[in-house]
Amino acid sequence: MTAPPEVLPATGAASVAWLLFAIPAVSALVLFLAGKRANAWGHVLGVGSVLASFLLGVVIFVQALGVAPDQRTTELSLYSWISSGTLNVDFGLRIDPLSLTFVLLITGVGSLIHIYSVGYMAPHASGHGADADAHAEPSSDSSRRRFFAQLNLFVAAMLVLVLGNNFVLLYLGWEGVGLASYLLIGFYQDRPSAATAAKKAFLMNRVGDVGLALAIFLIWLNLGTLQYTEVFARIGELSGGTILAITLLLLLGACGKSGQFPLQSWLPDAMEGPTPVSALIHAATMVTAGVYLIARTNPIYDLTPTGRVVVALIGVVTLLIGAIIGCAYDDIKKVLAYSTVSQIGYMILAVGLGPAGYALGIFHLLTHGFFKAGLFLGAGSVMHAMNDDVNMRNFGGLGRKMPITFVTFGLGYLALIGFPFLSGYFSKDAIIEAAFGQEGWQGWVYGITATLAAGLTAFYMTRLMIMTFFGEERWRNLKAPDGEDYHPHESSPVMTGPMIVLAIGSVFAGFVLSAVGLNQWLAPSLGELQESPDGALPHALVPWLVLACSALGVLVAYLVVGRRPTPVQRPEPVSFPVQAARRDLYANAFNETVIERPGIWLTRALVFLDNRGVDGLVNGLAAGLGGGSARLRRLQTGFVRSYALSMLGGSVFVVAALLAVRFA
Amino acid sequence: MSPTNYLLLSALLFTVGAIGVLVRRNAIVVFMCIELMLNAVNLSLVTFARMNGQLDGQVMAFFVMVVAAAEVVVGLAIIMSIFRTRRSSSVDDANLLKY
Repeated sequence: MTAPPEVLPATGAASVAWLLFAIPAVSALVLFLAGKRANAWGHVLGVGSVLASFLLGVVIFVQALGVAPDQRTTELSLYSWISSGTLNVDFGLRIDPLSLTFVLLITGVGSLIHIYSVGYMAPHASGHGADADAHAEPSSDSSRRRFFAQLNLFVAAMLVLVLGNNFVLLYLGWEGVGLASYLLIGFYQDRPSAATAAKKAFLMNRVGDVGLALAIFLIWLNLGTLQYTEVFARIGELSGGTILAITLLLLLGACGKSGQFPLQSWLPDAMEGPTPVSALIHAATMVTAGVYLIARTNPIYDLTPTGRVVVALIGVVTLLIGAIIGCAYDDIKKVLAYSTVSQIGYMILAVGLGPAGYALGIFHLLTHGFFKAGLFLGAGSVMHAMNDDVNMRNFGGLGRKMPITFVTFGLGYLALIGFPFLSGYFSKDAIIEAAFGQEGWQGWVYGITATLAAGLTAFYMTRLMIMTFFGEERWRNLKAPDGEDYHPHESSPVMTGPMIVLAIGSVFAGFVLSAVGLNQWLAPSLGELQESPDGALPHALVPWLVLACSALGVLVAYLVVGRRPTPVQRPEPVSFPVQAARRDLYANAFNETVIERPGIWLTRALVFLDNRGVDGLVNGLAAGLGGGSARLRRLQTGFVRSYALSMLGGSVFVVAALLAVRFA
Repeated sequence: MSPTNYLLLSALLFTVGAIGVLVRRNAIVVFMCIELMLNAVNLSLVTFARMNGQLDGQVMAFFVMVVAAAEVVVGLAIIMSIFRTRRSSSVDDANLLKY
């Protein structure tokens, strides 16, 4: 492990780094508060603020490039945020290669998706716009303004997450993006399915957030500080068990946010949100926060090989189940969502490999950010053309109708399946090589699973391509779900522009990033990337193996899907594996049986106990006293003579008692 | 004459008074019955003083008379005011704290 670089105060453009998140935050505030006055120019402000952040990020990045690598780690303390006894937290920013990389990804891809959204969320357009007109809100102008406000809020929160120099700020951003994600998944408020999906995402994230919070508590309890530099400098003082507990709790947080096993099932449901949201939040940026968390806390993970094995295993399991389920869905967005789950599994696997993989995970995160965002935007363009339909069985032959979408989507597809010399080829192969480079059983398990999943990825993506863009034009004889005929058409330039830019990124990002030395750039934050030795398989062999596996996947998909006409109705019944994959490998059923049902029973039992037990005791006491008093009140007749009788009776009784005691 | 006879008379008078208080409705009669009970007690006090050869009982009887005199003053005034407001001197009619 190399010594951590010296932390310097931020200078120049970096000294106003707080503007990075302040600009979108202010813009979000304006859009939230201005009301319908901002309808006309809300989207311009929304796009402009993110673009401004992006430009500032580029300036800071160029400035950082100009100094020596060991001087690139800088901090900017804004003010003392929490000062309470021994707990002192500064509102401080850490501007180093890792956070700058994320800033550029978030604001860069974010800007493109904001621009795309101007067209996608436009009022009175076909597709979503018309949809929103029909039953969402009286004016879809205001719904677009609300959309941009929430999207800006997300960008601001995400930037706080990656720029904070302590765990509390990280947590602030972490919850901020969770809120934005919740709001945007449930953006179509009139759809019960969207509201349910939003709630599901929120609740499952909560499980992960509890893990993150507990990890932060543990760190503070043991070290008394939450600032990264201080924590990382002193983390070695702790016992192995404590470190392992911290890493596992951090991993739980990462699993929640990044849709990793066992908390993966919210992410596909999150596709209920508008497609730009799926592209930005649930593919390119927010869901990679878990990878960022583990990469950022790499000094902690360096100390615990056991913790890293758990991380890698979670990644392996997730990338496999994501790829398997992706093969069975007919919903274009859900296939892409499970593809995201699977690709983030690769990243988690990479960061679980330790010093041999942190930078590779970030590398794949960047290339994935490009091509997956591009794929989602392409899917949005297809949906736009197809009356918001997402069922690929109703598509077919769209390549001729929407050439730009077809080409950009196709390039993203090639990048994802790892076509040689496109983005995914560089980043994914590097991860698989590093996975095979592990010693003993780990190398075989990680490597073979990752290779297998690469083949599955090729299969489901090829299936998606064929069903959407090739073959018979099945939509000609069908009605759309809204009862109209399909009229597929190419989207407007404001939408295709970002798609073209992202497609270019999908093609060249991998080559450029590895050529300019992303690994050396990240070294001050993540440590030097260790070349993994030839473990299970020699490195020279791995790319050929992966390529063969992917080619096999493409071939099988062509034979199974491409050569035969696609039935418009989903075939039933199907073999058990397909059935299982269609049902998310029973993940939802499992959650329902093991957690939800007992939870409901427990709630009912508690409600019963509360109503009958606790309330019964309190109310019973009151009712008893009240009833007793009502009966006693009858004795107070107001008749003097009856009082006199009771007095006499009482006196006689007392005298009799006295005599009885006296003479007994 | 045996003192027992005086005590028996006292008991009889007290019983007559007590029953009168319980069964009669006219406030004046009830009032007089109370006086009867008080005087029955006076009689037994004096008898006991005689039997024990001490003056304590007789002193007590004087106290009772003083209290009874004061009680008559207040009691009659109350009965008067009840009669004025309700045109009735029945104790059963006066069964409300507020009228």
